[in-house]
Amino acid sequence: MINRLNNDNNDNRKAEEKAILSIIYIFIGLFVLMMGYFTYFLFVKSDEVVNSTYNLRHDVLAKRVIRGNILSADGIVLAETLTDDEGNEIRSYPYGDMYAHVVGRVMRGRTGIEEVENITLLTSYSRSANAMYNDLIGIKNPGNNVVTTLNHKLNKVAYDALGDYRGAVVAIEPRTGKILALVSKPSYDPNDIEENWDKLTEDKDRESPLLNRASQGLYPPGSTFKVLTALAYIRSNPYYQDYSYRCDGRTEYEGMTIRCSGNKRHGKVDLTEAFAKSCNTAFSTIGKELQIDELRSLSESFFFNQSLPARISNNSSSFLLRVGESGTKEAMQTAIGQGRTLITPLHNAMIAAAVANDGLMMKPYVIDRIESAGGRVLKGYIPEEAATVMTSKEADYLKKLMRSVVTDGTASMLSKSEYKVAGKTGTAEQEGKDSHAWFIGFAPVNDPKIAISVIVENIGSGSEYALPIADKVFSAYFD
Amino acid sequence: MHMVIELTKYLMILMVGAYTYHAFRASVKKNKVSRDISYRWMTWFLFMLHFTGYFTMYIQLKNTKLLLLYAGEALVFLLVLFAYKFIYPGLSGLLLRNMLMLLSIGYIILTRLSFDKAVRQFYISAVALGIGLLVPMLFQRFAKIRNYGWIYGIVGVFLLVLVLLIGTENFGATSWITVFGLFTIHPTEFVKPLFVFCVASLFSKGADIKRVCAVTAIAGATVLSLVLQKDLGAALIFFVTYIFMLYGATKKPLYLIIGLWGGTVASWVAYKLFDHVKVRVMAWRNPFGYIDKEGYQISQSLFAMGTGGWFGMGLYQGLPTTIPVVDSDFIFSAISEELGGLFALCLILLYINCFIIIINVSLKTKDSFYRLLSLGFAVMLGFQVFLSIGGVIKFIPSTGVTLPFISSGGSSIVATIVMFMVMQGIYSEGKMPLLAGENHDKQVEQ
Repeated sequence: MINRLNNDNNDNRKAEEKAILSIIYIFIGLFVLMMGYFTYFLFVKSDEVVNSTYNLRHDVLAKRVIRGNILSADGIVLAETLTDDEGNEIRSYPYGDMYAHVVGRVMRGRTGIEEVENITLLTSYSRSANAMYNDLIGIKNPGNNVVTTLNHKLNKVAYDALGDYRGAVVAIEPRTGKILALVSKPSYDPNDIEENWDKLTEDKDRESPLLNRASQGLYPPGSTFKVLTALAYIRSNPYYQDYSYRCDGRTEYEGMTIRCSGNKRHGKVDLTEAFAKSCNTAFSTIGKELQIDELRSLSESFFFNQSLPARISNNSSSFLLRVGESGTKEAMQTAIGQGRTLITPLHNAMIAAAVANDGLMMKPYVIDRIESAGGRVLKGYIPEEAATVMTSKEADYLKKLMRSVVTDGTASMLSKSEYKVAGKTGTAEQEGKDSHAWFIGFAPVNDPKIAISVIVENIGSGSEYALPIADKVFSAYFD
Repeated sequence: MHMVIELTKYLMILMVGAYTYHAFRASVKKNKVSRDISYRWMTWFLFMLHFTGYFTMYIQLKNTKLLLLYAGEALVFLLVLFAYKFIYPGLSGLLLRNMLMLLSIGYIILTRLSFDKAVRQFYISAVALGIGLLVPMLFQRFAKIRNYGWIYGIVGVFLLVLVLLIGTENFGATSWITVFGLFTIHPTEFVKPLFVFCVASLFSKGADIKRVCAVTAIAGATVLSLVLQKDLGAALIFFVTYIFMLYGATKKPLYLIIGLWGGTVASWVAYKLFDHVKVRVMAWRNPFGYIDKEGYQISQSLFAMGTGGWFGMGLYQGLPTTIPVVDSDFIFSAISEELGGLFALCLILLYINCFIIIINVSLKTKDSFYRLLSLGFAVMLGFQVFLSIGGVIKFIPSTGVTLPFISSGGSSIVATIVMFMVMQGIYSEGKMPLLAGENHDKQVEQ
């Protein structure tokens, strides 16, 4: 009897022990998982989190690290931090206003690469004993460097070629999306931003030097939009090769007159000739025939009305033609790039680059890699596809059209150049002001290495003002 | 100056690491001599860490008030170590030191965040430690304390309902009572030990199905009144504590499975039903997507811990005050930011150590009331720490739960000290039965 009781007691004890042990295991398990997550966060996730521009702690890090350099692809210093004898740090931009928009600034609000890669520049990779010792005695370690995709020679040429004009130049490597050059004028010198801030923000002459025209300036595309109109036309007309139109230099529709440049009569033209000579009457008539929603969905597939798939801050281009809202008149104007359509020079360069890259649009990017102060590569950015915006057959045809612009059309000034350029000029008319001059294109046509977009504000025709600038950049590239 | 801050930063990590090592070493050593060696080291590191923390703050602020606060705290630690050891030679020196260590970390980080709150915390905890001295004795003298299960349960529910009727709202939950317009108390904290007493007392008399239903009813009423207060973190803590105590009492895994499954369903229903739950989950899944509002707090917390990294920024070198409610629910991020991720990991290990010491009693004791009591306290402490830290590091959605001994809050400090002291009562009774009136006991009383 007593034995049985003891046995019962023992069994009971064992069950109790088992229950309590299992509770211990469950809780230890929970804690281990939590500690594992915390470790994972600190090892892996924290880099990305810390980099957020919302993180107010960036300024705290600046007290411990000398801000790293920003370099061009060919190793030229575009931004560096100098320390004077008294230990004061000065952020210096050796090329003054040339890179102000793309490299950015640190005073008066961070912009450009200085903003996006702020934490990278304020992080020191150095893990040597020396670095730890420096940390201990309060000597600052050098921050990481940002190496851009920018080609200094091209930027300088583009900067000089724009001269005192207002406008922008964007050059992209079509196969990768690397931004080779990005210039916006007028610019400002980030070295003197403090002294000139009031003047810059007051902006008496309405020149907006702080605005990055290349990625944020919105302009009517003018005739450069005919690339998309032509694409819409060949998509909806299988027999586009048989296209024929008789140009009288002007066409009228319900009291609205559309003229060709200089009222020139182009006579009987096929699609290639109409494109090469930038015949407005032919293209506005195409615009009349096209379905409005066709042109709209095509534009939106080219990233109008949305943020660009670019790893650089940008404004959205807008395409406002809409079924039910817009009449035939607006459709005709939109087809020749007038109307209410607005585009950024960067976006237009992406369109040219997409044609050059057989229809595959790459995401433009300006940061190639992050290096430690000692030159060790810490992070490399690889090209990313944005979208296949047309078939390679369509791209081939557009290439032919754009090549004819150079051989027999508005860009014939470049017909004799060694590298075979293809492109499209544009002259975006402005009410009561001189037109904006556009050129988008790429070269060489058979194996494009560089695509470009040039705009010069309120100056005149694209052939006369934008084309020569593009030519200088091409020459520098192929030199 | 910079060098000193940097050095003390590493020093504090080393000290908390060494303390943690000895805490675990002491909990596995059976040999009294080698355990005492660890205890001595722990006492040493406890005082050194406390000193180094205040030293680092003083050289930066040069405020004499800091020295006074430091001296007061150090004195209290000394008094506690001597008085408790003298009156209760059998208590767990490990649990006692851990409690002081957690309090000391809390004092340091609270002083850094808000001097006034730190002073308040010090006064309240000093008084609580003084009263706590009586707890083991009272607990042992009044053996009948184990017989009033129903009363504890009903008083608990009554207190929570009272809060619902006359309470003030704070951080979206109606959980506080203002007393004479002077100060606010958080009754939920006092209901915590009461609740564990209630369940332990009722189940220590048996756990047949009839009793299980009755106790579940009173536990359900407690949890429900917390849900009505919109204090879901506390509701979750009570719920989980009850489920595990139920399992410990019945030894039937089925109860645990049904309970946890039911809890999951209830959480899902709460998610669908309450907007304030949805917001928490939303902020957890994508804090940066809602950084302007819902995700602001958790984003700031992640910035703090991420920027601090493994070694921390050093005291006063970070920006922990950008985190809303940093001195209570989010105090762990402040610790991680300024004292370092390694320090924070040691802190978690210290809580695990406390959990093990407490639940160890239920493995050892033959008294079913004690067994359930310590099981309940251990689970309650463990789960609260899990909810608090897990929420702050984005492991789980944030439920707005404080970190025991460290977060600012008088009610919580008092209640947690009482819980630890009850455990000490059980410990000292097991080793040195005061009730039996041994010689040592009489000597003390004379």
